[in-house]
Amino acid sequence: MATKVHMEALSPTMEEGQVVKWLKAEGDEIAAGDLLAEIETDKATMELVARGDGVLRAILLGEGRTAPVGDVIAVIAAADEDVSELVAAAAPASTASPAAEVEEEPARTAAPTATPPSHAAPATTPPPTTPPPTPQPTPPVVRTDTPAAPAAEARKDGGRLRASPVARRLAREAGLRLEAVVGSGPRGRIVKRDIEAALAAGTATAPAPMPDVPGEDFVDVPLTQIRKTIARRLVESLGPVPHFFLTADADMARATELRQQFNELELGARISFNDIVIKATALALARHPECNAWWGGDHVRRHNRVHIGVAVAIDDGLITPVVRDAHARPVAEISNEVKELASLARAKRLTPDQYTGSTFSISNLGMFGIEQFTGVINPPEAGILAVGAVEERPVALDGRVVVRPRMRMTMSCDHRIIDGAQGARFLATLKDVLEKPLSVLL
Amino acid sequence: MAVMTYRDALNEALAEEMERDDSVFLMGEEVAEYDGAYKVSRGLLDRFGDARVVDTPISELGFAGLGVGAAMAGLRPVIEFMTFNFAFLALDQVINNAAKTHYMTNGQLHVPIVFRGPNGAALQLAAQHSQACETYFVHAPGVKLVNPATPADAKGLLKAAIRDDDPVVVMESELLYNARGDVPEGEHVVPLGVADVKAEGTDVTIISHGQMVHVALQAARTLEKEDISAEVLDLRSLRPLDMEAILGSVHKTNRAVYVEECWPFTGIGAQIVALIQDEGFDDLDAPVQRITQADVPMPYARNLEKQSKPDAARVVDACRKVLYRN
Repeated sequence: MATKVHMEALSPTMEEGQVVKWLKAEGDEIAAGDLLAEIETDKATMELVARGDGVLRAILLGEGRTAPVGDVIAVIAAADEDVSELVAAAAPASTASPAAEVEEEPARTAAPTATPPSHAAPATTPPPTTPPPTPQPTPPVVRTDTPAAPAAEARKDGGRLRASPVARRLAREAGLRLEAVVGSGPRGRIVKRDIEAALAAGTATAPAPMPDVPGEDFVDVPLTQIRKTIARRLVESLGPVPHFFLTADADMARATELRQQFNELELGARISFNDIVIKATALALARHPECNAWWGGDHVRRHNRVHIGVAVAIDDGLITPVVRDAHARPVAEISNEVKELASLARAKRLTPDQYTGSTFSISNLGMFGIEQFTGVINPPEAGILAVGAVEERPVALDGRVVVRPRMRMTMSCDHRIIDGAQGARFLATLKDVLEKPLSVLL
Repeated sequence: MAVMTYRDALNEALAEEMERDDSVFLMGEEVAEYDGAYKVSRGLLDRFGDARVVDTPISELGFAGLGVGAAMAGLRPVIEFMTFNFAFLALDQVINNAAKTHYMTNGQLHVPIVFRGPNGAALQLAAQHSQACETYFVHAPGVKLVNPATPADAKGLLKAAIRDDDPVVVMESELLYNARGDVPEGEHVVPLGVADVKAEGTDVTIISHGQMVHVALQAARTLEKEDISAEVLDLRSLRPLDMEAILGSVHKTNRAVYVEECWPFTGIGAQIVALIQDEGFDDLDAPVQRITQADVPMPYARNLEKQSKPDAARVVDACRKVLYRN
């Protein structure tokens, strides 16, 4: 399958770019991640990275020439794949508008049918917002030929975006891009409540309100240029809070044993797996403050204390009461507090200080037998952990298949704050704490 | 502050203005000996005599013309139509003479006249006696029109109408004559062209006037149970129109529903909608909805009459619609 090489936005304000030098020639073998070209942006000379594997079949923009962001400037494809249509379509390279991208998807999906399966090129790049959880540096740009229009419903009619007048005015005043908002009105019309929801969810342009809690410990880290670029590009791609997801599978044999022993002590408190997860998460967050953070629009606030929001289902929705300083309190105490907060929540008697100020959230659907799911981030927090059931599952251990109690956890990360590797390190720590769970008792 | 009926508030306004200004007189069918078909002029004949409280033949065009002439000559007539259903006969005097004389004489003549009486549907009076006539009168430049919803506004607006130097149509409502409410005593004058917020709200503005204000208030109470905060804006005057109040409320709520007794085709709501979309476009979150009398002559049958009139349920539905709640 062919991969179009676009003139990418290599700086936050870049509108067009000039090819300084092609680092590959037509006919060269290309692997995703290879450096293709040097591009002069409005700020600096940047490297353009390949987004797919194959052979560099066509270079459509010569050295020294300029094209607007979004134009196709080269084609990567299998050696024997017919790319003539792609090349022809991209011919007026410097006149095509970025909006033309929306039409690319059919071309891409049609390609394999025109090619015998045995000759099909390897798949193109993975979606940019789910980087592999390896400590490679994330490239500063994420544009691919995947249409980045999750909110396109309202736009389908001839490219016109439907929005009520007041929605347009509010978006304009808040500096919010309507394209990033999903409309809930008739025919996808964006109405006032959608703008309010988008603003409340915290967007790149209109940061979520970040309460200053008197006496709280935190460090505000100013955003670096690369952080700003990542934030802006991801928001354009995925919406106000660009999520990505990491899943880990923890062995819960020791935790099961620990819980059993604790509850046999008959101390008057019985702890649940969820209580153990809360404490373990808090301990892991204390060691990874980059994940215990809030998005502040122009900075990231890293908290020194861990306040865990625990999602509780109530009659007409859910609420996340907060267990404060969970990293520093005994699990039995956490357990009692969670029970109390949950019953207050169900009685709708929580006071605002009991459900605000969390630095990270946990949602557990294990009691419903859910094996694995993903949670939606509670802005301005950096992440939420979705916890599945502890279940006996066959796993490979030392070359043999054995049955072990296992638990899957999926962390949703705000990519503006957390990168794949950071989230992965945090999850590894959490898994380690759960698998050697004595520390949750400390 | 005294509690009195809408009828007595109008009576008090007439009496106070006749007391205050000798040039004010009342003329119409059965206003004197019979105290008025709806008893609005009760006691005025005894108090002010038959030179100032004048019974007329059944001749709307004739006595409306007498009134216009008297106004041109310097008096301040109050012409009562037994109902506005009968006033169509007098439209030539109202529109061609009362409304235009000031303009056509380059301001040399004023026509300080009031045309008043009940307007709109009561109960089972059928097609010819159950109609809302606002549009016929406000269409012509030169006429002012007020339509009070409460006893206090009835008194204050009628006093302002009598004192105004231009023709003013005061539309009352048969169904409101017995409504009670607080009425300030003495000098209570409600200026023409000033709307009044009858209920504060933040989510949707229900705009209305006259007896439909009570339908709007009833709808607002229903909506409150759904956590929808409706603002009820009583225009009180249709000409001059309080555009600032309308636009201000829509600016706050972003949604508007108009309720009127007129028919939909070129009704008052059409004017209001045009104004809002023209000057309040950037404030709108949804198209403005109109709830009106059904586009048929008023049926006599009780069930059909009920279905054809604007009611709170329809207003509630329209509010849900502009809030995208249905």
